[in-house]
Formats: sequence, C-alpha cells, structure tokens
Amino acid sequence: MGEDIGLWGVPLAIIGGAIRVSTPFLFVSLGECLTERSGRINLGLEGTLVFGAMSAYAIAYETGSPWLGVLAAMIAGTIFGLLHGWICSLPKVNDIAIGIALMLFGMGLAFFFGKSFIQPVAPDLPAISFGFWSDYPQVQAALKVNILFLIGIAASLGLWWMLRNTKIGLRIRVVGDSTDAARAMGLRPNVVKLLSTAAGGAFAGVGGAYLSLYYPGSWNEGISSGQGLMAVALVIFARWNPIYCFWAALLFGGAGALGPALQSVGVTQGYYLFYAAPYVLTLVVMIFTSSAAKTMTGAPAELSITK
Amino acid sequence: MTGDKVKADDAIGIETVGMTMQFGNFTALDDVSIKVKPGSFHALLGENGAGKSTLVKCIMGFYHATKGQLMVNNHEVEIPDPRAAHAIGLGMVYQHFTLVPSLTAAENLVISRDDAPAIIDWRKEREALADFLNTMPFKVPLDQPVMSLAAGEKQKLEILKQLYLGRRFLILDEPTSVLTPAEADEVLGLVRNLCKAGKISVLMISHKFREVTMFADEVSVLRRGVMVGGGKVSDLSTDQMASMMVGADLPERNSDRTGSPGHKILSVSGIRAIDRSGLKSIEIDKLDVCAGEIVGIAGISGNGQMELMEILNGQRKYSEGSISIKGLSYSATRTEARELCVRVLPEEPLRNACVANMTVAENIGFRYFDVKNGGSTRFWINNREIRNRAADLVSAFKVKTTSLDSLISSLSGGNVQRAVLARELTGQVDLLVISNPCFGLDFSAVAEIRSRIITARNSGSAVLLMSEDLDEILELSDRIIVMSEGRLAYETLAAQADVGEIGRYMAGHHA
Repeated sequence: MGEDIGLWGVPLAIIGGAIRVSTPFLFVSLGECLTERSGRINLGLEGTLVFGAMSAYAIAYETGSPWLGVLAAMIAGTIFGLLHGWICSLPKVNDIAIGIALMLFGMGLAFFFGKSFIQPVAPDLPAISFGFWSDYPQVQAALKVNILFLIGIAASLGLWWMLRNTKIGLRIRVVGDSTDAARAMGLRPNVVKLLSTAAGGAFAGVGGAYLSLYYPGSWNEGISSGQGLMAVALVIFARWNPIYCFWAALLFGGAGALGPALQSVGVTQGYYLFYAAPYVLTLVVMIFTSSAAKTMTGAPAELSITK
Repeated sequence: MTGDKVKADDAIGIETVGMTMQFGNFTALDDVSIKVKPGSFHALLGENGAGKSTLVKCIMGFYHATKGQLMVNNHEVEIPDPRAAHAIGLGMVYQHFTLVPSLTAAENLVISRDDAPAIIDWRKEREALADFLNTMPFKVPLDQPVMSLAAGEKQKLEILKQLYLGRRFLILDEPTSVLTPAEADEVLGLVRNLCKAGKISVLMISHKFREVTMFADEVSVLRRGVMVGGGKVSDLSTDQMASMMVGADLPERNSDRTGSPGHKILSVSGIRAIDRSGLKSIEIDKLDVCAGEIVGIAGISGNGQMELMEILNGQRKYSEGSISIKGLSYSATRTEARELCVRVLPEEPLRNACVANMTVAENIGFRYFDVKNGGSTRFWINNREIRNRAADLVSAFKVKTTSLDSLISSLSGGNVQRAVLARELTGQVDLLVISNPCFGLDFSAVAEIRSRIITARNSGSAVLLMSEDLDEILELSDRIIVMSEGRLAYETLAAQADVGEIGRYMAGHHA
C-alpha cells in the first residue's frame, strides 16, 4: 500500500477527474438540452450556475445541511429560468441577448450576496467510495463518486426516456420543432418553453451546488470557469440527446482533469497549457461537427441558432 | 383506445348562414352562405384573396365572424377557438404541413390526440396504429422522422391524422398541390369514397378544375368575399366555373409557340452532388437546353429537382462535372450570371430569391442596383432610379402592393412570385431556370405567369422548368425529362409524350 504507481497515475487521475469535473457539465448540459429541445436557448445558465453555487453554499452553511443547499440552488435556478422564459415570451425579444444579460446579472448578484460566505466553511455533499477493494490510495481517490454524479446519470436516462415516452416529452419536442404545428395542436408554445426553461434552470442550479459543496468545494468568485457556456457547445456536440450529454460531459470533464493530473504526477512544466484543454476541445468540437451543406440532425428547428 | 378513434358515427353536415367578416374597413367575407350536406364532397373555388381562407378560418374558430352563424347538423353552434371545432369533429388539413418534422409519423399521430396518455406505451400504440392503418387504403412509414418523407407522403399522413383523430368534417386546403396526378387521384379517390360511405363530409379549397370535376359533388365559388355561384358539379362546365371565379374578363393567354429550338445554351454534364439529406447522391450525366425551347423536368418532389435547382443557382456544391452556358464555364457567380444573362426563379421565392425584410423596390432592384446603364458596376446606389424602375415593373407585372416601400414579406405569395418574375424577366434573358413557378397560386396568376414563360421562350430564351405539377410540364414544355432518385430517368418530346409512360418513370417503375 502507498507505493508509487508511476505514469499509471495519469489515466487514473483523468478518470477520477472526469467523474469529479464532469458533474457540473452534466447538470448544466441536461438543463440546456431540455431548454433547447423546447426551442429556446438559455445562455444565462452560466449566471444560474454561479448563483446556484453561492446560494447552495450559503444555505448549507446556515442550516448545516448540504442537501438543503442543493434544494436552494434548484429553487434559485428555477427562478432564473422563469425570469428568462417570461422575458422571452414577450414579443420581439431575442433569447440569446436576454441570456447574456441574465448571465451577467446572475454572476453579479451572486458576487454581491456571496461576499460574506467566502471565509466560512460549509458542509460537503456526501460521496460513495467505490474504490474500497483496492490498496492504492490513487485508485480509492479516483473512484470516490459523489452522489450527485449518480443522480446526474439517472437524470440523463430519465430525460431521454421522458422525451420519447411521455406526453410532456413529446409536447416539448413539438414546440421546439414547429411552433405552427404546436399551435395547430392547441398547445401554448410560450408556456411549454417557460416551464422547460425553468426546469433547465433548476438543473443548472444543481450543477452550481456541486461546485461549491463538493468540488472544488468552496465558494469564491472564480468558482466557475465557463462551464455554463461550454455546456452550450456540449449540447450541440451531444446532438440534443440527454444520453450523449452524459458521455460528452465525461469527455469535457476528462479534458478538464488533464492539467491537474499531469501536475499530480510531477510534470512541472507546460501543464498550464493542458488547463486550456476544455476550451480547445470546445473549439475542435464546434469545427468538426459543423457542416455548411448538411443540416444538423437532431437540432430543434425552432432554435434561433439553427434557424 | 386508438383503434376506435375513427368513429363509426355519421358524417357531419355544416352550413354557414350569412357569414360576414370585416377587418377594419375591409370586408373579407360578405354574407356568405354555404351548405355542405352530410357525406358530400364540396369544392370551394376562388382566386387568391377571394375570402376562401377567411371563410374556413371562421368555420374553424381562428376568426370570429362579424355576423352570421355556423350550423352543424342543423344546430347553431359557437366556435370560440380551434379546440372547440376539433371537439365537435371539424378538422382541417392545411396547405402547409403541420406535422412536426423531427418526430416520426407514429409520434406525430399519437401526440396529436387530445387524450394522449401521459406515459406512452409504444408497443400498445404501435399495434393500435397498425390496426388503424389496415383499415386505410394507403400506408405511410411510421418509424421515420417526418422530415425524411416526400411531400406526397406527408400529405397522406396529414389526411390520415385527421381520420385517426376521428374528425367527421374535413376542410382540405389545396391538398394536392404537392402530389403527382396519380397520388392526387389516389388520395382524393379515397376521400371521396369515405364521403360516399357517409363517414366524412369534405370542404376542399382547390384551384384545379380537373379535381373538382372528377371528385367533387358540389361547388361554391367565391369572388372578392362574395359568393358568386355554385351548385352541383355535374350541372356546371369548367368554363362556367372559371368565368364565375375570375369574373367576365379571363386573363389573356399567349400559349402559341413560335419558332423552333436554336443553338445550345445550357449544358450540364457529369454532375455529382450530395442531396439535402446527405445520404443520397444527385447524378446528372447530360442535360442540354437550347435557345427557344422549354425543357420540363417532371418528378415527384424529393427526387433531386430541388438539389438540381440549387446546383444551377449556386446554392449547392457539386463534387464532379461541369456546367457551361453558351460554351463558357459557369459557376453561378453574380458577374457570370450577368454576362451570360442567366435568370432564376427558385421555388419559395420569398425564401430563396428575396430578402424578406427589404422593400419591394429594393428586392426588384437586386439584378441592377450595382450596375450602370452602360454595364459597368457602380459604387453609389441610385435610389431614385431603383424606385422608378421598380414602379414600372410593378405596374407592368401587376404586382399588388400598398407601396413600393412595403416589405416584400407583406405581399401575398402570388405577388411575391410576380415581383421576382418581373425582376428576372427584365432585360436580355438567355437562360431562365424556374422551379414550381405556380405553386399555391390562384387561377389567373397561374395563367399569367405561364404565358410570360411562353413569351420568354418565343423570344429566344432557353427555359429549364422544374415542376411537381405534371399538367404544368405538359402544357408548357417542348421536351420533357423525368427525374427520379437524383437521375434523369426518361426523356421525350412533349408532342409525343405518353402520360402513362411518364407517370411510370416518375413513380420509379423502370428497370
């Protein structure tokens, strides 16, 4: 026990890191996926994520319960989603512009209310150790999986199932694909979009709660490094499919873990470059999945970026 | 649940009594009374703007009539919204598809039901759908996304959907505008049989006299919001219906062909490209069009005509092959199009040939706004000249617009088409490429646009006409080519054309 496992530490750290880092990606992208399937794009999820992180941390600190913190983040996310959905339902409003405004608003609000919570320490969310069978501390560390990650897997399966097999799911897809058809069917597109955006906001809030309550596990102003924005690229990469969102989140998480993993095995030079891996990956994904000649399969037709 | 959605109940009869609809000072409908007896197939004829859509929208509850009542089975009813209309069994098949493109046919059908279950048991629904389809004379693939279906199949699905929902009075808004004659006959034949069996009553908006005389029992004709005539179809001749529809003055037709084909203008060889879905290929080995002839490309929609149009229009890349015009290589740049006098009228001109948010005058000016009279290009725009030329063309082509400064998107479909045609047919035209020029237009607009195409041909333009309306191809073309599965499958001179043979190639029934 305790012996050095050498370069094996790199893939191990990446796997562990992927699991750790991917959770906020997963939740935000599921939220974005749901919102986009209803035909709206919510770029404000970055702000929702940060505000969720702050409110989760604050409530967890005040009440001593991390789960109440998660609940608070969900509620905050829902409120942000409702705000976005409501403003966008007004005539002649552009969802992308509102999203950017709400992103800045959410971050500003979080910094304002969060000033007093930078110092105190809030309780962490519990994790399950799947690495008990191994003697290596590195393996044990890598396989320590937070409960929210497991909930995220369940949520992506659930969302996928819902979009195929439930009335609500099909209605969301109808609204996202053809407003005319939805109206002809007697649905009210704005209501469906409002609720989808609200639910999407709740997902993003949970992603934020994970950031402040588990990894990195504290509240500060630089807690999110653009995960909320990268999730938009991730949803495109995942072709608006919640299951693919999970795999894409793992990939992005793994890319995010590359830098720390190299650092942990003693690479001292140039590992900072690898911290940029998620951003490079975002670019590469965007370049390789775009095509001028073919329409994107799976893209909701009412989405303002694919129209 | 689903299987018995098609109610065995009797067809519904409806009657509008003195229906009047005013929008501000404008009277769109004036005291219109139409009676559709239970189980009858009733046609509604009229030009664009005659009030047909207003009438059916009043029936379906989209509009609330200013005056007048709707009677359903001899009882007066109030229809506050479309939902209420659906609830009493009134349904409508729209001119534009209302299916959700990315959902499969099965998903579209199930979700359109008001009583769709919160959690859908697909195995059960699929069995119910299969049972339902077995009672229907035509089939559609249930598991493909609707966007991958051809227009004809979509239209069948639209009608199937209404039957699936148990509607017993159907309004069909130009249901066959995207179908082949054989498909149209099949669909309308089915609809008529359902009427005869007393299962549904139908009110069909149409511009095609052939369909009205073949399938409808009764007809009502609207002109400028007023009911001008009607009766049993068997008592009326096509000429009588046409004169009711357009009034006394039938538009002049100039379909006399003069002259014979001259030298070769357009020459396409060995073109290979990928189609819109990215799955199939377009392969055009050889296609020539000469001066003074109209080559008609017939085919069921989705067999590559749209892609061929896009290739010729510079909207789609091709991997191999060449296009030359008058012997010079052509890659659809603005300069080449101007020098070689190539003009294009694509389908859906509002989307493919106009900037919707620019004015009528600006849209008409697209071909010459940057050219001086001498032919050299200019930097400063002369707005007065653009307006003057647009004004001339608007009056010459009878484009109905409130002003030259209206947005082109505020014009009706026929007037957008006229405006684009005005732009494309002005000046020297050596090659004219047209796609579905008369899609969704009314009777007099169709006649006028067709006569302008003939005039262009007579004055020496080479015309390549792509149309899903075979009658149009037969009427206008000198030479007919059938396109099927991305290839040119069959060619014949129009004078010796055998419609049955063309239909077989369109349907893809060749070796």
